[in-house]
This record gives sequence, C-alpha cells and structure tokens, in this order.
Amino acid sequence: MAKVRGAIVVDVEKCKGCGVCIPVCPTDVILLAKDVNSKGYTYCYMENPEACIACTNCAIVCPDGVISVYKIKVAG
Amino acid sequence: MDIKDIIKPENLVYTKTKNMTDKVLSYCPGCGHGTAHNITMEVLEDMGITHNTIGVAPVGCSVLAYEFMNIDMQQAAHGRAPAVATGIKRVWPEKYVFTYQGDGDLAAIGGNETLHACNRGENIVIIFVNNGIYGMTGGQMAPTTLQGMQTSTSPYGREIETMGSPLKMTELIAQLPGVHFVTRQAVHTPGAVRKAKKAIRKAFEIQKEKKGLAFVEIVSNCNSGWKMTPVESNIWMVDNMFPYFPMGDIKVDGKLVK
Ligand SMILES: Cc1ncc(C[n+]2csc(CCOP(=O)(O)OP(=O)(O)O)c2C)c(N)n1
Ligand code: SF4
Ligand code: SF4
Repeated sequence: MAKVRGAIVVDVEKCKGCGVCIPVCPTDVILLAKDVNSKGYTYCYMENPEACIACTNCAIVCPDGVISVYKIKVAG
Repeated sequence: MDIKDIIKPENLVYTKTKNMTDKVLSYCPGCGHGTAHNITMEVLEDMGITHNTIGVAPVGCSVLAYEFMNIDMQQAAHGRAPAVATGIKRVWPEKYVFTYQGDGDLAAIGGNETLHACNRGENIVIIFVNNGIYGMTGGQMAPTTLQGMQTSTSPYGREIETMGSPLKMTELIAQLPGVHFVTRQAVHTPGAVRKAKKAIRKAFEIQKEKKGLAFVEIVSNCNSGWKMTPVESNIWMVDNMFPYFPMGDIKVDGKLVK
C-alpha cells in the first residue's frame, strides 16, 4: 500500500513564533526553536520530520502564511 | 528517505497564495486577521476573479490590508467602508466588491453605514472580523466586548447597566430583507478555516448571481488586546466568545435559519 510522506518548509525570517501551528499537527511534528530569527522571534521547525503526513493543517492556520507543505507517495 | 527528496517543486501541496504580497504582515503573532486575509485571497484565486475584484480596507489593525492583499484596494475613513463599497459597486457593477472590517469599525463608528448598506441590499460582500475589542488603538471596549470583559476603557469589566449588552451586529442585519446570506465563522483550527473559506466563497458566488448582500462574520482573537498568548487566546475565544457569538449560518437564500 502506498504510504504518504510529507515535509514542511518554514520561512524562518517571517515566522513570528506564535505557536498556533503546533497543537493542530496531528502527528506532533512541529516545535519552536530555542534560537530566534533576526526579528527576535522564535520560529518553527520539524522536530519529528518522519512523522509529517502533509495534511496541511499547520499551513492553513498559520496567520502569516509562512509554511509550505510538500507530499510524496512511497511504496511500502 | 531524505527530506530533500520530498521538498521539490513538483511535490508542493500548499503554499501562501500569490494573491497575498510578500510583505511581512503588521499583525501581532497569532492574530486571526492574517488567516482571514489568506482565505479571502485564496477564494478570489480559486474563482479566477483576482483581477476583477476591488477590496475596501477599514480603519483598525487591518487598515494596511491593501499592503497585503495583492489586488485593487481602496482604504476608507473609519466605519465608511460599506459606503465606499456601495459607490464602487454602483459605478462598476461588473466588479466584485468587498469590505474587510473590524468590530470597532463596522459596529461602532460604522454602525450606521453598515445598517444602511445592508438595508439597501447592496450587492457586495462584507467580511467582519469580530475580536471583541479595539485592537489597533490599544484594547479599548468595542460594542462587541463581552459582559464582564476587562479592557482599557472597562477596567472593571463591561457592565451591562452602564455600557449596554454586547452588540450582535450579525443577527441584527440578518433581519433586513436586502441581505441574502449571513454566517458566523472562525479561523482558529484547520476545520474552522476550511468552513470559513467555503462561506467566503459562497458570499462571492452570491455577488456573482446579483442576489444581494452577503455578510461573513469571523469571530477572531486579539491576543495583544486580551493580554494572552496566541494559543491561550484561541482557547479563551472558544470558551467565552462562541457561546455568545455562536458559529454557523444565520440566513441562507434570503431566509433566516436561526
Ligand atoms: C474618525 C476616527 N476615529 C477614531 C479613530 C481611532 N481608531 C483607530 S482604529 C480604531 C478601532 C479599531 O478597532 P476594530 O475595528 O475593532 O479593529 P481591530 O484593530 O480590532 O482589528 C479606532 C477607534 C480613527 N482612526 N478615526
Ligand atoms: S503559525 Fe506560522 S507564524 Fe505562527 S509559529 Fe507557526 S509557522 Fe510561525
Ligand atoms: S492588536 Fe489585536 S487585532 Fe491588532 S494585530 Fe494585534 S492581535 Fe490582531
């Protein structure tokens, strides 16, 4: 059966670290970094990249539209 | 499998619509205004009416909506967006015209304009972002502020005897015959965002069919004004705003459903 793998790309400089994308991820992929961007905001990153299912939940609730989502089907 | 094999242009399933500019939004982190902008612009893209639509920006935090929405826009004086939209639509009836307004703009200083544009049944879309407070000016009480809610001008909480009840502008205008479609939505979860986007799409379809005014309220957060973190403010909104401003359609096809 084909399995889905996903990945997100966060525009780190435009992320405001609001965190609203974190609770909406069904597979707990996202966390806020300890680091900050040039504006001083913490930003999101994939803590568990292999768990991403490309559902786009995070991207559509991101007020700043800084998440892009990618998806592939893998045999397995 | 390497992440690099997934992150390729041909595998892209979601990115910000080109109908939004690349400017960094002036909104506070986590503010629902950004999401409301995004889905409104996605609807125009989906309907293929990007180049045929004129938006009217309000006064309030979304005063700069014209910087972010990559379409033809006009900014109106405080509360006057429905009047400006009326003028644009009447001069240019073949254009899609919408206003985007906060609750201070639409329900306080612009209460009169809103009521009369709705009563005339102008063939426009009104998108009403209700966060129960004046965000831009530092969190003063709005007509929509909840009973007991503390703001900078109701520091002991909104008292009904002296300040009146929170105004349900959306239920009020739904009574008017010229208004064809009225709904209340939110943008705090993926499910809510998808529903709100469908409602905005329906509103523009109604304008296409020249059926009258379509009014979409979006109950939203103002985490800065409410003095909460963004995630806390969304929870507070569900617990406190939704019981008083319940989600769902209020008028469909010109008939009250609630
Ligand atoms: C004629 C006039 N009166 C008052 C103001 C000050 N003012 C600016 S924004 C605002 C309220 C905005 O609140 P709201 O519409 O709820 O939008 P939000 O900022 O919460 O999105 C006020 C009173 C103004 N700019 N112009
Ligand atoms: S919702 Fe968007 S802006 Fe907020 S933390 Fe997540 S990626 Fe950053
Ligand atoms: S003050 Fe409130 S409404 Fe304005 S941008 Fe900040 S959170 Fe949004």
